[in-house]
Amino acid sequence: MSLAHQSVTALRGLLVKGEIKPSEILDDLFVEISARESEIGAFLSLDRDAIRQAADAADLSLPLGGVPIAMKDNINVKGAPCTCGSRFLAENYRSPYDAGVTRRMREAGVVFFGRTNMDEFAMGSATENSALQKTQNPAAPGHIPGGSSGGSAAAVAANFAPAALGSDTGGSIRQPASHCGIVGMKPSYGRVSRYGLVAFASSLDQIGPMTRSVEDAALLLQHIAGHDTLDSTSLPVAVDDYLSGLKQGVKGLRIGMPKEYFAEGLDPAVRAATEAAIRQLEAQGATVHEISLPHTEYAVATYYIVAPAEASSNLSRFDGVRYGHRSSSATDVLSLYQKSREEGFGPEVKRRIILGTYVLSSGYYDAYYNKAQKVRTLIRRDFEQAFAQVDAIVSPVAPTPARKIGECTNLLGDYLADVCTIPANLAGLPAISVPLASAGLPIGLQIITPHLKEALMLRIAHAVEIGA
Amino acid sequence: MRGKSVAFFPRIHYAESMSQPHMDVRRIATLARLELSDEEISSFTGQLDAILGHIAQLSKLDVTGIEPTAYPMPIPAPMRDDTPWQSIPAADFLQNSPEQAQGQVRVPKVVADA
Repeated sequence: MSLAHQSVTALRGLLVKGEIKPSEILDDLFVEISARESEIGAFLSLDRDAIRQAADAADLSLPLGGVPIAMKDNINVKGAPCTCGSRFLAENYRSPYDAGVTRRMREAGVVFFGRTNMDEFAMGSATENSALQKTQNPAAPGHIPGGSSGGSAAAVAANFAPAALGSDTGGSIRQPASHCGIVGMKPSYGRVSRYGLVAFASSLDQIGPMTRSVEDAALLLQHIAGHDTLDSTSLPVAVDDYLSGLKQGVKGLRIGMPKEYFAEGLDPAVRAATEAAIRQLEAQGATVHEISLPHTEYAVATYYIVAPAEASSNLSRFDGVRYGHRSSSATDVLSLYQKSREEGFGPEVKRRIILGTYVLSSGYYDAYYNKAQKVRTLIRRDFEQAFAQVDAIVSPVAPTPARKIGECTNLLGDYLADVCTIPANLAGLPAISVPLASAGLPIGLQIITPHLKEALMLRIAHAVEIGA
Repeated sequence: MRGKSVAFFPRIHYAESMSQPHMDVRRIATLARLELSDEEISSFTGQLDAILGHIAQLSKLDVTGIEPTAYPMPIPAPMRDDTPWQSIPAADFLQNSPEQAQGQVRVPKVVADA
């Protein structure tokens, strides 16, 4: 069996026993990449020589020593590009520092492997908003991989890398994981440092693992979680052991099924796969309870105020002055800002900056931004009340499987398709997508647990995985 | 196990009680320091008005007495101690700057002649 098909856990086992060398893993990955990458388009850059050098120098005594892991192109790795899928940073930017997760993975012995495609500045759910490249879904040619971490999902699904990191602001890890048939998890807000993640919406963004098994997701989280003094939102709370209880099963757990997530309009194949997975959990000893999250229908509207508002502020740093694109036709400093931003950003980024600027502008702040923050409280309370009755919530990840590339006819329609994933970001909760048995396009199940209950979430995810 | 259907997705909410909202995209683009083309202003106006129409559904909700959420966690995230540390050398940052002179980032003249 090609090493390209092995999990991180299996590769580590082989490396530790001395049965393989890191360079042999690379050989097999490069075979897969040479065969299919021209069709898939997962990577924005892949420096084979640098990767080989890093692999040869890897310290196999470290917990992830010698394991190649791909990185979404918005996470800084010193010396590597970090384009964010944007022309703004594509020309000549090289990271002058390591992100918090990069430092932790470097300390664990990871071999950084390729930079993955993404919607520009993580704004999108199809990777079609990348200004640099198209990405295909390896499990369903002609279909989107989902987004915004579509390159990471495609790389893992196509066996180009055993695992990748992504970032999730409104579903950008979970939805592409669901569409490509892999595991993707968004940890609790503050569980993983975001220092060195190019900020989109700072009260929502989280970095998380994208893998081919729940065990690998647990393993990666174990090494990236924890407090970082350089990210003041990262929590000074001890990191649980995510691996030891993984196989304890779900007997006696109370699983909530929110009726709002199973409403009209849910694709029949998604409904059937999700309900079958829930019956599996019941068969394994969990009890299933219908619950209500009554403010769910306001989540998308709330998100499309909060996230653009924060983005308009965060992206003001892209002004053509210190790094990235600078217009050659500017005559003064104001036109330098305006022309550099006009030339450097793609249409979706511009739309969201304008929307965010609007909702924060004088006269509209209370009606939009302040109101949305209050509705966010109602959405958060829905979950608090639900978690008084159940241990975990299960739902679809997306209302439909992956659509075809180029078939987005309605911007708002694509926004609304994030309705199942956005609420966990608004409430800061951990959530994961686990692949389900499906005869057709890949479909994932979402599991949401209370704050910092990642160990419980992974345990349920593992039960779903063995049932699928 | 399936409850009573509550239709909400993928239904699109349009503004109901209030008049259809409209954004002056050219004015907002100036605030956002974006020099948009006329074509962009035209296409963005329709798209953003549709999004505002959906967002307007929040006006139906009574949020009297509800505290806003800017930070979603129940645990405080304290600031670090204010102690000096070795930051990244300026020269490393300057490698990414589009134009530089004398160890500084260079921009067009900011202050007008007196």
